[in-house]
Amino acid sequence: MIAAIFFYLFAILSVISAVMVISARNPVHAVLFLILTFFNAAGLFVLLSAEFLALLLIIVYVGAVAVLFLFVVMMLDVDFAELKAGFIKNAPVGALIGGVVLIELVALFIAHGFEIGASGAVQTAVPSTGSGLDNTTALGLVLYTKYVYFFQAAGLILLVAMIGAIVLTLRHKEGVKRQSIPAQVARNPKTAIEVIQVPSGGAILPTAEGKG
Amino acid sequence: MSQETQNLLLEYVIWFLTYAVLSAVVMVVLLVIIAFLLLMDRKVWAAVQMRKGPNVVGPFGLFQSFADLLKFVFKEPVIPAGADKTVFLLAPVATATFALASWAVIPMSEGDFFGIADGRWVISDLNVGVLYLLAISSLGVYGIIMGGWASNSKYPFMGSLRSAAQMVSYEVSIGLVIITVLLCAGSLNLTEIVNAQQTGLGTTAGLPNSILDWYWLPLFPMFVVFFISALAETNRPPFDLPEAESELVAGFMVEYSSTPYLLFMLGEYVAICTMCALTTILFLGGWLPPLDVAPLNWVPGIFWFIIKCVAVFFMFAMVKAMVPRYRYDQLMRLGWKVFLPLSLIMVVVVAGVLQYGGLA
Repeated sequence: MIAAIFFYLFAILSVISAVMVISARNPVHAVLFLILTFFNAAGLFVLLSAEFLALLLIIVYVGAVAVLFLFVVMMLDVDFAELKAGFIKNAPVGALIGGVVLIELVALFIAHGFEIGASGAVQTAVPSTGSGLDNTTALGLVLYTKYVYFFQAAGLILLVAMIGAIVLTLRHKEGVKRQSIPAQVARNPKTAIEVIQVPSGGAILPTAEGKG
Repeated sequence: MSQETQNLLLEYVIWFLTYAVLSAVVMVVLLVIIAFLLLMDRKVWAAVQMRKGPNVVGPFGLFQSFADLLKFVFKEPVIPAGADKTVFLLAPVATATFALASWAVIPMSEGDFFGIADGRWVISDLNVGVLYLLAISSLGVYGIIMGGWASNSKYPFMGSLRSAAQMVSYEVSIGLVIITVLLCAGSLNLTEIVNAQQTGLGTTAGLPNSILDWYWLPLFPMFVVFFISALAETNRPPFDLPEAESELVAGFMVEYSSTPYLLFMLGEYVAICTMCALTTILFLGGWLPPLDVAPLNWVPGIFWFIIKCVAVFFMFAMVKAMVPRYRYDQLMRLGWKVFLPLSLIMVVVVAGVLQYGGLA
């Protein structure tokens, strides 16, 4: 019974906050509601006794992805009037996509009914939780044996995405002095200090390397 | 209502009340300890600078924190005119709540305590306790971002942007350090991680169940990385850039006063205590005595746990007193270019040693 109460609590809250994500006028509020949605989804995972996934959802999405969302939304000074202007123009396309997804989901449910549970092919791969294994071990046993190539491929895709982002943003400007920590640490009195005898009545003119 | 439903309802009410009372007890004890840790922080800082520190309220200034508490509570909370009122007030509450929530899974001892408690000294003995702690500590950044943004002011905003980047960066290395410990312990349960430290290098060297068994010794580089990352994660000096007073006045806290400020402060210190407790659990053997000999193993585990936490906190306080603040780009460099590769390599090395050294 308690599980049912919590299920409806999490489900209702996540639907409400998901609606608020798209209806909130302030983008920062929208992201905060998105975070609330993630939380409630994590709560639903806990009710399914998938606590590992629940905490992973919080660590990855709430702890990292949503922080970056918030970061970007706060940094960008979004022009609300401009956003509103595009709404009418894009509304039909959005409605079309939403309608297609809705029809697909309804068709799926009509075809398969509302049975909760995965199809046979997926189920056989999952070790039964009744065997005394905890969630994390069970997931690890599947992920690192049966699906190890997919797992590695997913990792590679993320690595490529990361390198792509770095390549796109990394640029070395000409004429900008950069701090080189190894060079600083490697300095010693011989390389750092230059003793110059200034002749009486003479001057030291700067050379091409900038040294006096 | 049938008899069965009534019994079920009664069971749930009792279950709920048990956990509510347990949580309240842990929270009150924690807050009282923090009141004195705050004083200790200031006293250590003062001693390093050859001052006396707070010494007026009560003997040796022991009640200074309580006087501060009263002062904060009775002051007027000021909300800036341009502030987003809801988010502005939500931010400190979120910080304090998330910080306190992490204590639900921290095991403080195990076994009997003069016949009062038995079993495990923890509110919720999650089998993914470490992940829960990592998740909750990664949420601490929201209070700061929300507070900085909702203040609608430049300095708080700069402070919150800095902290967002800083905390996300150091979480990565904290996560990898925790993974090395998990590899050695073979469990995500905090109680089992502590119990796994009963055997180790010390047992091999002929001192079973001793200080040499704990993970600080075999994972010493990770211990150092974890300690420094914990400083950065909790915005402690020398990494207190979100509130660098010389550049940003007080960072994200500029516009806060009275009880909201108190909640921020409280959340920060609770988070520091959590990090001390986590260091104790992961590297310093939790509630285990340093040597398994007669007078030491009579002491109840909770005392060892508190002593170790306070010792780690003393290191936090000394670092605050002695080390000058980092520059922001140096902070980022340390996180991404030093700690991340180092901890990543250590994960591989530890996993390799465990697998091929026959220790797994």
